[in-house]
Amino acid sequence: MSEKIAARFPSSRIEYVRQSRLKFTVAPETLKEAGLFARDELGFDHFATVSGVDYPSKNEIEVVYFVGSVRPGMEDLVIALATRVPRDAPAVQSLVEVWSGAEYHERETFEMLGVRFTGHPDLRRILLPEDWDDIPPLRKDFRSPGR
Amino acid sequence: MAVSLGPQHPGSGHFRIRLWLDGDFVVRADPDPGYVHRGEEKMAEYRNYIQNIPHLERPAILDSTGMLFPYVEAVDQLMSTKVPPRAAYLRVIMAELNRIISHMYFLGIYGLFGGHTTMIEWANGDRDLFIDLAERIGGARVTFAYLVPGGVRNDMPQGLEGRAFKTFDWFEKRIAEYEKVWLYNPVFEQRTRGVGVLSREDAIRFGATGTVLRASGVKHDIRRAEPYSAYSDFEFEVPVSSAGDSWARGYVAIEEMKQSLRILRQAFEKIPSGPVRVKLGPQPRVPAGEAYFRTEGAHGERAYHIVSDGSPRPYRLKMEDPCFRNMILIRELLRGAHVADVPLVYWGLNYWPVSADR
Repeated sequence: MSEKIAARFPSSRIEYVRQSRLKFTVAPETLKEAGLFARDELGFDHFATVSGVDYPSKNEIEVVYFVGSVRPGMEDLVIALATRVPRDAPAVQSLVEVWSGAEYHERETFEMLGVRFTGHPDLRRILLPEDWDDIPPLRKDFRSPGR
Repeated sequence: MAVSLGPQHPGSGHFRIRLWLDGDFVVRADPDPGYVHRGEEKMAEYRNYIQNIPHLERPAILDSTGMLFPYVEAVDQLMSTKVPPRAAYLRVIMAELNRIISHMYFLGIYGLFGGHTTMIEWANGDRDLFIDLAERIGGARVTFAYLVPGGVRNDMPQGLEGRAFKTFDWFEKRIAEYEKVWLYNPVFEQRTRGVGVLSREDAIRFGATGTVLRASGVKHDIRRAEPYSAYSDFEFEVPVSSAGDSWARGYVAIEEMKQSLRILRQAFEKIPSGPVRVKLGPQPRVPAGEAYFRTEGAHGERAYHIVSDGSPRPYRLKMEDPCFRNMILIRELLRGAHVADVPLVYWGLNYWPVSADR
């Protein structure tokens, strides 16, 4: 599978290939194309979640999509599709059109890390209160009160 | 007319659904979570891997073992710990006891929301027998902090099998009675068959998980798809239904409890002897790396994405939650529903607000 990815996305970076897990990183502009490839060519049809990681030392936020599959023979596999966006202008294409299940997860990553998902049908907060006026709380420069 | 369903505690935790109604029908539904969001993932960054155990097990408090299972397995994987076989069996035993405990609460409230007061009283009563077994192993009734990186906190008491098998035999008879009085009750069937239908394609498309996914005909259970811990040692079925309606979600939960009993019996019979824990010390250093570990909790697939920078505290801990995943189905399935169907469709999705909110 990693050969297929490398052939299709030569500028991508395979982060790791281990038992039932494969992670590869693409540039933000290629994210949707990579998503469609993972769904249609590789067979990852069962969306799991979006995770975001703040790396202030590199001035980057990593957005990782985890997708599984219910296809026979692939049920144990999870692919991690990642991209890195700059911290001061974090924007990435929404993958709601690729996986309908991504809608609420992208909202959470938006409010917790401040990543804008362009093309998202309904990008608003989901867990934080409506009157939240602080920085996205999962960023490393947000200090949990009392700590 | 716009109506707010919530944010009172509708049997499970504070949650609100905004409903737009036209007469007796729901035109649009918008789930509004966040009332019990406590910042679990942020808290995890301030505590070491051992200190994280008590708070991480609390979101889906009724399946606290399910909350911890993928966490400890992810940490074990990052540390390359070899979990002793007896510890793996004890993890499975606790997990399956917790699955029954969680399903019983689910079925009880399912009864209540349909106006079936017998089901809630029976389910709560019989559930206590399993809480009793779990208490004898874990030391508490609900949150055991029993699963730890490296194994489990302590061995189970000697002679527990006797009480356990008595409970399982009794419970098997009780399940038959639930089916008679509730699941195949004509009133309940009328209220749930054909109600809130989720097609197989939509279940996959939206990333549905757990009993909801299997009630829509997708035979996918992480214990089988990607066996972890000691699960490959046990024979059990993965129940599915092709109906995809609210009734099927109750049916699958009951069938899963029968399978949990099978696993428990085998586990108690075959459990190997030996140590139950690899001692790690109070502040274990987890080597730098990344892990994504998933298990099948009572509410569905639960996973932890842990990024470690080599320090005693996680750099990032992301909790993938089955209830959060299924939440979008609240919006999808309530569209076009009768107002009276709302509680049953909502509850049938086994949505636990505290779990989804973290």
